Amino acid sequence: MTSRFNGRTAALVPLALVGVTVLAGCAQGSATTTTGADGKTVVRYMNFTSNDGHEKDLDTIVAAYEKENPDVDVQVETIPYADYFTKLQTAFAGKTVADVVDLNYENFVSYAESGALAPLEDVDAAPYKDTLLESFTHDGTQYGLPSSYSNVVLYYNKALFDAAGLEYPTADWTWADEQAAATALTDTAAGVYGDFQPVTFHEFYKVLDQAGGQFFTEDGSASAFDSPEGVKAATWLVTKPGTVMPTEADGSSTPDFDKDLFSAGKLGMWHSGIWMFDALSQVEGLDWDIVVEPGDASKASALFTNGVAVTAASKEKEAAQDFAEFLTVSPTAVDTRLASSWELPPVADEEALAPYLEQTPPTNRQAVLDALDTVALPPVLAAQQEMQDAINEELSNAAAGRKTVEQALTDAAARVDQLLG
Amino acid sequence: MSVPATAPPRAAAPKRPTPQRRSTSSRSRWRNRGWVLFFLLPSAVPLVVFTLAPMVNSLWVSLHDWNLVSPMKWVGLDNYADLLTSDDTWRVLGNTLFYILGYLPLVYVGGLGLAMLLNRALKGRTFFRAAYFLPVITSWVVVALVWQWLLNPSNGLVNQLVQPVLDGLNGLFGTDMTAPGWWTDPQWAMPSVILASAWKDLGFVMVILLAGLQAIPGDVLEAARVDGAGAWKRFWHITFPLLSPSTFFVLVISLINGFQVFDQVYVMTGGGPSGASQVVVGQIYDLTFRYGRAGDASALSWILFVLILIVTALQMRGQRRWVNHA
Repeated sequence: MTSRFNGRTAALVPLALVGVTVLAGCAQGSATTTTGADGKTVVRYMNFTSNDGHEKDLDTIVAAYEKENPDVDVQVETIPYADYFTKLQTAFAGKTVADVVDLNYENFVSYAESGALAPLEDVDAAPYKDTLLESFTHDGTQYGLPSSYSNVVLYYNKALFDAAGLEYPTADWTWADEQAAATALTDTAAGVYGDFQPVTFHEFYKVLDQAGGQFFTEDGSASAFDSPEGVKAATWLVTKPGTVMPTEADGSSTPDFDKDLFSAGKLGMWHSGIWMFDALSQVEGLDWDIVVEPGDASKASALFTNGVAVTAASKEKEAAQDFAEFLTVSPTAVDTRLASSWELPPVADEEALAPYLEQTPPTNRQAVLDALDTVALPPVLAAQQEMQDAINEELSNAAAGRKTVEQALTDAAARVDQLLG
Repeated sequence: MSVPATAPPRAAAPKRPTPQRRSTSSRSRWRNRGWVLFFLLPSAVPLVVFTLAPMVNSLWVSLHDWNLVSPMKWVGLDNYADLLTSDDTWRVLGNTLFYILGYLPLVYVGGLGLAMLLNRALKGRTFFRAAYFLPVITSWVVVALVWQWLLNPSNGLVNQLVQPVLDGLNGLFGTDMTAPGWWTDPQWAMPSVILASAWKDLGFVMVILLAGLQAIPGDVLEAARVDGAGAWKRFWHITFPLLSPSTFFVLVISLINGFQVFDQVYVMTGGGPSGASQVVVGQIYDLTFRYGRAGDASALSWILFVLILIVTALQMRGQRRWVNHA
């Protein structure tokens, strides 16, 4: 009797299995499912903005939306910012991307240009702060909605200022005032530093603006920061580490180093975002306030805008856009954001921000709005990450003394020009 | 990525069993082949799905411009041409070569020393053998983080020991030596990585060489001793040549792993400072996941593949001259 399962059949098994696996992979690929088990429309939302402290607040908004729209099931996936864009790219490549995704302003352009985002039609523009809504258009088409914005201010530790007998910083301060206070506050023997400002792209374009310089030429075709103003701006940043600020070798670039230092009461002044309010207000016995960052030739404050977009591959674009609008400007979303100091809601109605301003600490919350009067937007190009890496690398070369500031800027400009070219 | 392969040295390709039956008709051959394939299944399927298919796919991607998000755009061999004329490529290749040149002698000599030591009737040698092998099976992330702390330029353990010594010497000779900046100094970043890597892989090399040492017949060494050969002569003329198959295996595997070095660089230095410790695989990662240049990254993967292929082929040819297959 011969076995029915002979060698010939056996040989086909590996082939069949490979086939099944490949098919399974493909099925996964088109997993932008439209209906859940209970017949509800499924909208998947991938985000980084709620990570690290605001997950519950996002849950509140999502629950409110689902209550209003019982036939929709919103599935949230939260990714830490550091991994978010890697994950997003792979999700696009693997065709498993969510219906609604977070994008920050800097990265929005390259995604819109790639054709990865769906145009949003008939958006009710009225509730939005118009400048913010405009920053999520590309070639005149709305490809995203602003979800929140934030800026960077100067935090200061009142106790350290009192101990050193210094006046608190004011909105009229210049770099020179900051420099003098930082020097007076620094006591390295006690592990106390006067100032902390990261030597990075995100600080550089802003202090460049403060110094009166330009990052790109008027028509945006070339870099323009290799200038006397650029040198002044870069010098301002790179002379801090090792004098009034810890160096990279001290660990200054490790995550949360600055936050921990300020929380421990060992940092006099700190350039950081308003997203730190919530965390710092929970530190017992820390007496702190904020002020608009000091300027030089002029004032300039960073403005970071986060937004949401509907992906071109989404099969539920209508529901996705509806959720995106709810997430950004619905009263529930606005109230939830304000109550938890989760950045600022992108609403036109400034009176809606009143509850935000009433909270303490910090006492001087008005500085958050004042800083919006003179805004420096991040320079953006398609190869955004490569440009930021190039600037970061050359600035750290200058900070470590491996290059002169002038040389580092010349090299950085050449690298940026090559990316533009 | 650089987990050492654990195939035994001199793993000979399994020879096809000689046919049992006299009749070797094509039909029964086919029947045998089918069963062979069937039993290869558990390893063949993952190999095809997760290695061969992606390899072929990456060859296809390498001929395109692709940022993972937009549709692919055909560019032919442009990616290869761009890479081969780019300073960055040569810099990361140079860094990788520097890594190999530093790592290979260190790990081989260290591993050989340990193997010789633990081949003796030493008290507690089983414990030591296990202890030295422990880093091999430890996650690279853990090892790299520990080494990053040890080599922290300002408060790491290593510099806290080195600096007082240097201070003493400075006092004596009036010099001004300071402890290395390790991973914050471009000149020391790669040596830091080499040090950590050699430490981690020492146990692996030790185990392979130990097995080789134990396969050397005791009577050969005994005969040499009787003939009056000293310890060094016995090592150089008997042990070392008879160890050559194991040495060859260690060299091939370590070289391949060396070309593919990534984890420790990624965790310890991130390729910095200012690209001083960036290696080929790190560059491939950055190109894909930071810069959205999957086409360039795939092309660089293939350049690396061909490079490893050539080097390994040369080693295979060269082995006839010095590897002693007794």
